Amino acid sequence: MDWIATLLQGLLLGGVYALFAIGLSLVFGVMRLVNIAHGDMIVLAGFVSFAVVEVLGLGPLLSLAIVLPVFFAFGYVLQLAVLNRTLGDDLLPPMIVTFGLAIVIQNGLLEGFSADSRKLSLGEVETASIALAPDVAVGVYPLIIFATAIVTILALQALFYGTRIGREFRATSDDPEAARLMGINTKRVFAVATGIALVVIGIAGVLMAIRTTFDPLSGPVRLLFAFEAVIIGGLGNIWGTLLGGVTLGLAQAFGGAIDPQFQVMAGHLVFLAILIIRPRGFFPKVAH
Amino acid sequence: MSVSSYRIERATRASTIGLTLLGLGLVGLLLLPMTGDRSTMRLVVEIAYFLALAQMWNLLAGYAGLLSVGQHAFIGFGGYMLFALVAHAGLSPLVSLPLAGLLSGLISIPVAILMFRLSGPHFAIGTWVVAEVFKLTFFEVPALGGGSGMSLPLQAVRDIAPTTQARELIIYLTALGIAVASVAAVYFLLRSRYGLALTAVRDSERASASVGVDTFKLKLGVFVAVATFTGMVGALIFLQKLRISPVAAFDVMEWSAAIIFIVVIGGIGRIEGPFMGVAIFFLLRETMSDFGTWYLILLGLLAIAIMLFARQGVWGLIADRYRINVFPVERHVHLSDAARPSSLKTSLKPSEKHS
Repeated sequence: MDWIATLLQGLLLGGVYALFAIGLSLVFGVMRLVNIAHGDMIVLAGFVSFAVVEVLGLGPLLSLAIVLPVFFAFGYVLQLAVLNRTLGDDLLPPMIVTFGLAIVIQNGLLEGFSADSRKLSLGEVETASIALAPDVAVGVYPLIIFATAIVTILALQALFYGTRIGREFRATSDDPEAARLMGINTKRVFAVATGIALVVIGIAGVLMAIRTTFDPLSGPVRLLFAFEAVIIGGLGNIWGTLLGGVTLGLAQAFGGAIDPQFQVMAGHLVFLAILIIRPRGFFPKVAH
Repeated sequence: MSVSSYRIERATRASTIGLTLLGLGLVGLLLLPMTGDRSTMRLVVEIAYFLALAQMWNLLAGYAGLLSVGQHAFIGFGGYMLFALVAHAGLSPLVSLPLAGLLSGLISIPVAILMFRLSGPHFAIGTWVVAEVFKLTFFEVPALGGGSGMSLPLQAVRDIAPTTQARELIIYLTALGIAVASVAAVYFLLRSRYGLALTAVRDSERASASVGVDTFKLKLGVFVAVATFTGMVGALIFLQKLRISPVAAFDVMEWSAAIIFIVVIGGIGRIEGPFMGVAIFFLLRETMSDFGTWYLILLGLLAIAIMLFARQGVWGLIADRYRINVFPVERHVHLSDAARPSSLKTSLKPSEKHS
C-alpha cells in the first residue's frame, strides 16, 4: 500500500505547486511577462501574514483579510507605476525589473525579519487526517490546499469568461493593439490582472506559511517549482497548470520515496524530460 | 557620387586616449605586487573575475540576446571540474584551469540544445533550473565532498608555488590575464564578421535572419564560447578560495544576480558597460560593507531605475552625451563628396532597443 500513500501525497503536493503556479501563469497569460520575483512575493505574503499574526494577534486565516487587499493594491500599483513602463518588444526590462524586485524583497526581508525560519500555526487542523484504508490516510490541511487551488481556478475561469474585465483580459491577451483600438485601457487591464495575480500569490503564500517553514531566501525555489508547473502544463492553459503542478508533485513524491535527497531533483528531471518529449507542455494554448 | 571616395574610420581620438589610459592602468596593476599589499591584490583579483564574468554575460545577453539567469551553472561546474582534475586526475591546478573551461563548454552544448526550446523569458528561468540540477548533482558526489564540499589537496596547493606569497602572485597575474583576455576576446569577436552578424542579431533577429545570418548556429556558438570562458573563470575563483561546496559554487545571488546587475547598470551591449558596472558594484559594496545586505538592495533598485529611465546604462549616458567610445567596434563612414555630410554614421552603434 506504500505506493498508494505516495501517490496521494504527490497529488496533494501538486495542489500546492498549482497554487504557486496560477499567479505566474495569469501574469504571463495576460501580458507575456515572466515575473522573476514571483517566488519572493509568495514568501513576502507569508511574512506579512506572520507580522499581522504577531502584531494583531489574529489567526493566520483571518490575516488573509488584511494580506489579500494589501497584495491586490501592491500588484495594481506595481503594474501601473513600474511594470507597464517595461512592456514592449525588448524582453530585458521586465526581466531585470522583476529580478531587481526579487533582490529587494529578499534582502529587505533579511533585514526586517533576520534569516530565521518561520512557520504559522493553525492548531489541530494541520496534523488532522482522514483514514481511507488501514494504512492510507490523507491530511486534512493538504486537502484544503488542493481544494483551494481548484476553487481558485474555477473562480478565475468564471472571471475570465463571465465578466466584462475577463473579456478585456482575453482581448488584451490575444492582441493588445486591437484591444486598445476597441477602447480598452490596456494599462488598467494589466494593473487589475497583476492585482488579481497578487491576490492568488497572497493566498498561496499564507497557505504555504502554515504548511511548511519559510525564510527570506526561500523564494527562488518556489519560483522554479511554479515555473516548471506552468511549462509542463502548457503555457496559457490554467487547467494545464494544475496538471503541471500535479505532475511535479508526483515526480517529487516518488523521487522522495526512493531517496529523500532525491525529491527535488526528481521534479527537475521530470521537467527536463518533458521539455525533451513535449517542449510545448501537455496543453499549450499559446506559442512559447 | 562615386562610391570609391570614402574611408572607413574605426578608431577615434577618444578611443585612442581611452585605450591608452586603460593600458596605463593595466601597467599600474602589474606593478602593484611590488608594494606587497596583499589585501588590495585580493580585491583586484575579485574585480578581475567579476569583470571577466560581466564581459561574458554582456556578450551573451547584450549581443546574442540570450538572457540567461543560470550562468552560475558554469561557474560552479568549472570550479568543480578544477577540483576533480586536481584531486582525482592528479593534474596541476594551472593546467586544470583551461581544461575546466573546456569541460564547461562541452556540457553547455546539451544544455543549450535543450534550453533553446524555451523562448526568451522562459529560457532565462530554464537556465536557472539547470543550475539547480547541477547543484543538486554535486550534493550527491561523495568523491567531491558531497554537500559539505572539499578543500584543494595541500599537495596541489604547494604545486602552484611553494610559498603563499608566490602563489598569490601567480593567481593575481592569472586573474589579470583572464580579465584582459575576456575584454580582448569580446573586442576582436565584435570587430570580426561574426561581430557584425551578432550586432545585426542584437538589433533585429528577424531582419538578420532574412539577410542570411544563421541565428541558431550563431547563438549556439556564443553560448558555448561564453560557457567555456565562464567555466574557466569559475575554476579560477575556487582556485583562489581553495575550497568549494555546492552552495557556494552555485550561488545565484553572487554569481548571476550581481553579474547581471553589473552589466545592466554599466550599460548592456557595450564593452565599456561592464567596466562601469564593476566600478559601481565594488564602490557600493566596499563603502556599504558595514550595513549588511543593503548594498544588494541598492543594486536592485539601481538596476530597476536604469531599466525605467536610462536603458543604455550609466556608460551609455556618458557615451551618448560626450560621444566617447573607448573600444572602437563601430564603423564610421567618411564620404569625401562635398555635397554629402562629411561624416555619416552607420547603424552599428547600440540599438534603439537598449537606448
